[in-house]
Amino acid sequence: MRKWWSFSFLLVIFLTVLVACGQQTGGSNEDNSGDSGSEGNDGQRHAVIFKSTGNPFGEKLMEGFETAITEAGDEAILRAPDQPTVEGQIQIIEELISQQVDSITIIGNDYDGLQPVLTKAMDRGIKVLSADSAVNGASRLVHINQADPEAIGRIQIEAVAEMIDHEGQIAILSATSQASNQNLWIEWMQTELEKPDYENIELVEIAYGDDLRDKSVSETEALLQSYPDLKAIIAPTTVGIAAASKVISDKGLQGEVVVTGLGLPSEMAEYIENGVSPWMYLWNPIDLGYLAGYAAKALADEEISGEVGDTFEAGDLGNFEVTETEDGTEVLLGDPFKFDPDNIDEWKDVY
Amino acid sequence: MMESNLIRYVSKFRELGLLGFIIILAIVIQFLNPAFLTLGNLSDMLKNTAILCILALGMMLVLVTRGIDLSIGATLALSGMITALTVSAYPGLSPFLAILLGIIVGSACGVILGLLVSKVGILPIIASLGLMNAFRGMTFWVGGGDWVSAYQMPDSFKGIATSNILGINTLVFIAIIIFLFFYYFVNNTITGRQIYALGSNPDSAKISGINANKVYMLVYTLMGGLSGLAGVLWVSKFASSQGDTASGYELTVIAACILGGVSINGGVGKVIGVLLGAFLLGVLDNGLPLINVSPFWQMGIEGVIILVAVLFNTEIKKKVEKNNRLRRVI
Repeated sequence: MRKWWSFSFLLVIFLTVLVACGQQTGGSNEDNSGDSGSEGNDGQRHAVIFKSTGNPFGEKLMEGFETAITEAGDEAILRAPDQPTVEGQIQIIEELISQQVDSITIIGNDYDGLQPVLTKAMDRGIKVLSADSAVNGASRLVHINQADPEAIGRIQIEAVAEMIDHEGQIAILSATSQASNQNLWIEWMQTELEKPDYENIELVEIAYGDDLRDKSVSETEALLQSYPDLKAIIAPTTVGIAAASKVISDKGLQGEVVVTGLGLPSEMAEYIENGVSPWMYLWNPIDLGYLAGYAAKALADEEISGEVGDTFEAGDLGNFEVTETEDGTEVLLGDPFKFDPDNIDEWKDVY
Repeated sequence: MMESNLIRYVSKFRELGLLGFIIILAIVIQFLNPAFLTLGNLSDMLKNTAILCILALGMMLVLVTRGIDLSIGATLALSGMITALTVSAYPGLSPFLAILLGIIVGSACGVILGLLVSKVGILPIIASLGLMNAFRGMTFWVGGGDWVSAYQMPDSFKGIATSNILGINTLVFIAIIIFLFFYYFVNNTITGRQIYALGSNPDSAKISGINANKVYMLVYTLMGGLSGLAGVLWVSKFASSQGDTASGYELTVIAACILGGVSINGGVGKVIGVLLGAFLLGVLDNGLPLINVSPFWQMGIEGVIILVAVLFNTEIKKKVEKNNRLRRVI
């Protein structure tokens, strides 16, 4: 009797875990990943793989992607591993290769790590493109970039300079020290700071909050303790900018230390309204996903091949051109979008 | 007689050693950055360590019964998410009720684990590993993959973490109350002593009439309740609830216990030691950013310190055991 109970409970646990895993890896694709190929030959299947599940930014990006693909009359497959790891993404790509989808749009967890599996996908005739977080030039046909890393880096320094009247100490609170996006933006921030306009601004430290709430808070507190004259914190990551703003709100330092950077409007609404962050930036993930969707479609239709100079139409967004980068080619969505007290109200409920 | 004095000396020295280690560490950090031992920084540190202390005390009891609970990070996230969604839907809800709701959700999670461990007899590590994934999945499901952000929470709820009671920050105040309760509970109540008896020798404890299932249920429910409480405090403190809140935090909590001298093999663990263990991690989390070590070193240093503490623990334990054997022969 006891044995039977143990067995049945183990079974329940096992199934629960399976369900939980299914929920996490599956994301919102329940109704999309159905039987393969039964819809006729015309309907193409386009897959998008985000970094991990449960990220509002990713949800919106995939939503935009799905809209674009549905507009084109095709089927969208939305996937994401439950942890932001390369291994999780490799597993999903392998599955998609065996399903013979028409295109894979990857938001990479690693710049080089996905090369073998993505090359394999391309060898099987699947069109591979990356969006938001790039993979290296050999693993993709084209990259869909939110905005030029150079523009993202420079615009944050311009913003912070305006907020502190071109004078004083500033610090950067980033995600992890290996995050390729953030590191590239920070490099451009440092380049921008070399201009004579900013000679009175001193970048005192680059801290890493690892995109964890508790660590980002500790790092912010350490910055405030170590540099009592600190005027501004730039945090080019959602968790970091919200954690830094929370610390400054709690300590009543509004106006003395300003925060800016890149963050989700919903997370930052409170702090843009209370003045801790006069304004901040982010691109529009829905538009980014939408553009990626149209690029995937154009690649799969062989309308473009990812070469420099190719142009394609992306629904409501208009025409886009493929341009060259240091490693491969890319399509630029445009400048990052500015969120300030005037428009935050309408955006905070969006994402 | 002399031998047993020695044991007492050694086992006392363990806590003194830990305290000494924290003091030395504090002096070194202070030397490198004078901002460390300031009132502002120390109060930041206490606030940041309060949640860890609460969880570590609960985990101590679980470890003492030779169990382990890997699901607390997920329980924390689930109860935090449910509470955050509730207060965003009913902004008028009293913060006390919000805390109560968190504790209820956490306790329910704890009861499930307790049943699996005591009635069904599944190994705690397996049962809690399974539930960890299940609770984490439920958190994503409940929140629909979205986060609950600061603007959606009423000020009264965010005020839990920033307000003061009797001049002490509420988080720290709650941690102190729980510490006092545990101190009394494990040292002065029959149930408290039964937990230790069961952990140091389950067979003889059962023979001597201790209801093992009841004790297991109690420790896991208590752990769940504390995780639920910590979930509310966490979400209130950071004014944000995500699906992956406190992901992997269970390992930090277990590390705090082990640093504090709790043995994974059960039966051993002191409330003061656990408090010091949590403090040591708190000092490291607060101090290492201040001395500007590279992020790669930061993790490495934490790891080395945990290893040293565990080695120290094993050495002391060997001595005590050797001593016990000697006594039995004579």
